[in-house]
Amino acid sequence: MSFSPTEPSRRQKWVAGTLVVVYALVTILPLVWIIATGFKSPSDAIAYPPKVVFEPTLEGYVNLFTTRTRVSEEDFAALPPPSSWYEQIVRDSGLVIAGPSRYGARFANSLIIGFGSTFLCMILGTAAAYAFSRFRVPIKDDLLFFILSTRMMPPIAVAIPIFLMFKNLGLNDTHAGMILLYTAVNLSLSVWLLKGFIDEIPVEYEEAALIDGYTRFQAFYKVVLPQAATGIASTAIFCLIFAWNEYAFAVLLTSGTAQTAPPFIPTILGVGGQDWPAIAAGATLFLLPVMVFTILLRKHLLRGITFGAVRK
Amino acid sequence: MAEVSLRGVSKSFGADNALDDVSMTIPHGSFVVLLGPTGAGKTTTLRMVSGLDRPDSGDISIGGRSVIALTPAQRNVAMVFQQYSLYPHLSVRENLEFPLKSPILKTPRAEIDRKVGEVAEILQISHKLDNKATELSGGEMQRVSIGRALVRNPAVYLMDEPLSSLDAKLRADLRIELKNIQANSGATLLYVTHDQIEAMTMATHVGVLDHGRLVQFGSPREIYEDPVSIYAASRLGQPRINILPADCFGGAPKAAAFIGLRPEQIQQGEGEESFVKRVEHLGDQTRLHLSFKTHDLITVTDPHTQLDSGDIVRITPRNPFYFDDSGARLV
Repeated sequence: MSFSPTEPSRRQKWVAGTLVVVYALVTILPLVWIIATGFKSPSDAIAYPPKVVFEPTLEGYVNLFTTRTRVSEEDFAALPPPSSWYEQIVRDSGLVIAGPSRYGARFANSLIIGFGSTFLCMILGTAAAYAFSRFRVPIKDDLLFFILSTRMMPPIAVAIPIFLMFKNLGLNDTHAGMILLYTAVNLSLSVWLLKGFIDEIPVEYEEAALIDGYTRFQAFYKVVLPQAATGIASTAIFCLIFAWNEYAFAVLLTSGTAQTAPPFIPTILGVGGQDWPAIAAGATLFLLPVMVFTILLRKHLLRGITFGAVRK
Repeated sequence: MAEVSLRGVSKSFGADNALDDVSMTIPHGSFVVLLGPTGAGKTTTLRMVSGLDRPDSGDISIGGRSVIALTPAQRNVAMVFQQYSLYPHLSVRENLEFPLKSPILKTPRAEIDRKVGEVAEILQISHKLDNKATELSGGEMQRVSIGRALVRNPAVYLMDEPLSSLDAKLRADLRIELKNIQANSGATLLYVTHDQIEAMTMATHVGVLDHGRLVQFGSPREIYEDPVSIYAASRLGQPRINILPADCFGGAPKAAAFIGLRPEQIQQGEGEESFVKRVEHLGDQTRLHLSFKTHDLITVTDPHTQLDSGDIVRITPRNPFYFDDSGARLV
């Protein structure tokens, strides 16, 4: 057997491989459990010992999107036959559909607030990071530290002042209010990350563009932006994940019009208590946008994180 | 094309005087080479003319018009940077088109294609036009960045060591090409280099910079044959001028502290004895490393010389330069 200082030995590869697989299983198991629970019937979902093999049903998803009601036996018998597969599922459990649930609207709120704040954060963050990176800003280091210091406590520590502020400004339970709040929380991170990425882009490119007949702003969007795209994409993922998952402020500051999905999902009630399959279905669907967004930008994310970190 | 003039231009970065009261006039259609070691202010001078940096004091005019208040785009200058000059997210063709498509020029499509094709031909990069800029070798990148200046028809071309990263053969080709382009178009060109062959072959004028001061400005032959100081004399000549204490040989003027001897100012075969330490055969010339009264000198001899290390050669100065103790030339 030959020994190489850089190539891992067969045994090292085995150990490393096993560790990775175990870690992957541990992290992915809750996710698999949530997705599976979404397809269980309410009784299977709370069965003990837990059922690993079960008969899948879409009942959880139907319950997630509808509100149902119980009617008297005569009325139930007098109903016309169900006109769709989901009506059939509801009838099977002895109920009738009363109307759509609020999940769709809450999900839409999450999309508007999550992507809205991410977008705003990217615009402000890129502009600020560019200025910090390229211009002589008075007391630059102090400003940068000040921006970072907003991250030094958990955002929820300022919940009460923000609650009062929002109340006085009429921002309670509004989309604009939540977008502003999440943008404010995320801005420090995005300024710092983006400044790192922009610092890596040699200033010579912009100087060349200035001489080639472009203005400072044209040089920025024709030369700097395309090269910063990687960094902007990975920063956007971080911002979106925070805004998308945020729970505490959403509970505190939204209740109706602008309520996002996280505070709504746990409140989904079935007949006689928590409707676990519907909650699991709601959580599963809630995972999708961030997952798709992250997978789409995956390559950028990986390169982005190392790209910004390595100093030449 | 235009005359460029600098009047009392000074610039400091912190405590560092990058340029100190520099005045020079670059005549219309001339090829001016700035010489000096790193930190002498060559690149700073280019950046002043380009508008990337502004002088602390003094005035710069292009074509008789002061450009101090203008942006680089408004000055109509083209610049070749020493490095980092290709836009990495664009193809070679897009890089070359970039200045032509600027809001200031807004060149029509047909004209862009013609210009780009022409320049790519001259720089031997036609076959690489559709490559990404990052897929090129260092030499190819540098040619594209020269090309990006050549597609335009600016008032002044500014070049910061454009040939330094190329191999010897390409450097020789492009030296001739740049000189031809400049001669044919009548362009005014301000050129920074460390390479004295570039300076001697291309320049109509040479400016010698020392710690931000312009110490001599003239034709390459003037700088070579009539340097104002030891510093200026050391900028040109291969091998370098030999500087010895003035009293090594007899006949020095009273105020002289140093004697400067270029190889052709050393007459071999007569005078005092010196000891051959080493003989270097470079092909077209042969260098002699001599030891003369504890001083080392380097001179050139016949390519087919029979001399070998250990031999004795008699040498005597012929029309040498004399310098005072501050290094200034005595005339």
